[in-house]
Amino acid sequence: MNDVTASETAPSQAGHAAADQGHTEGQQHPLRIYLWIWALLFVFSTFSYMVDYFQLHGFLRWSLIILFMLVKAGLIVAIFMHMRWERLALKFAILIPPLCLLILVGLMAIEGAHTFITRWGAFVR
Amino acid sequence: MAEDASIAGQPAAVQGLGGVAADWSGDKQAFPVPWGKVMMWIFLLSDTFIFSCFLTSYMNVRMSTTATWPDPSKVFELEIFGHPVPLLLIAIMTMVLITSSGTMALAVNYGYRRDRARTTALMLATAALGASFVSMQAFEWHKLIVEEGVRPWSNPMGAPQFGSAFFMITGFHGLHVSAGVVYLSVVARRVWTGFYDRKGTYETVEVTGLYWHFVDLVWVFIFAFFYLW
Repeated sequence: MNDVTASETAPSQAGHAAADQGHTEGQQHPLRIYLWIWALLFVFSTFSYMVDYFQLHGFLRWSLIILFMLVKAGLIVAIFMHMRWERLALKFAILIPPLCLLILVGLMAIEGAHTFITRWGAFVR
Repeated sequence: MAEDASIAGQPAAVQGLGGVAADWSGDKQAFPVPWGKVMMWIFLLSDTFIFSCFLTSYMNVRMSTTATWPDPSKVFELEIFGHPVPLLLIAIMTMVLITSSGTMALAVNYGYRRDRARTTALMLATAALGASFVSMQAFEWHKLIVEEGVRPWSNPMGAPQFGSAFFMITGFHGLHVSAGVVYLSVVARRVWTGFYDRKGTYETVEVTGLYWHFVDLVWVFIFAFFYLW
């Protein structure tokens, strides 16, 4: 409630909604934004390829892989898919549910480790 | 603030958390965007769960196997002038898909400017790049199956789970790309024939764009977890 800015007290509702969401019709933004993001995606893809090309290993390897992956995914969702300019209600509805997957990943990691230990104990050792 | 929120379809004024409450509690449409867009987002959300299940099961089998996991950097290596270059084809495929995402973003932009010729051309370029991605994937599968003897149940390089995870994940993604090429071609044809001018809105182009960017998004995760890890 307290984040209502001065521009939002303007008389025309439709007018200011268009201004703050880029909705004259749908999502219209300057081409320059897209070209910039496009270039950045190339740069970060090259970076993540370099991780493999230079055969980095261990912590550095997987932290860089995840970092570049998240940056690229963020740019695609925020700018190309226009999520940045959507209303918070839609952002919440789409972006929060996938967080459940972290629980699945966590459980499956525990389970995978357990299976590994049992197999190792039964067949390898 | 709910009183400020206008009725059905009109964007509500309040921003931030107060806006979420206003959007849901006002007696009105919760998401002030075209319904096709909400439906596409919900479809993509469900698709996110499908791909995540594949990637999570891949993580699970890779963690639980006692056999060594084949090194993807070696498996997907290509020889260029006698030099082995790791993951070369995959890197090219990644760049092709990103290029197609860029052309799609521009197509959406020109669509809203009612530039039919440019929108059609950019969408067809996107479809062509998608088709070339699938072709390169077919080449990759062929090389893996015929030359390297990888099967869903075994392979000469190590853990047998490698094949099943690879074919399932990249196969399902390739299917999405192929479907996207058809989808893009259909919508591009409609743009060209002026269907959306008669309809009065180009939002379908944006919805198509959402699907295509999602295909690129999934590839970002597959590239990181399957090929680079």
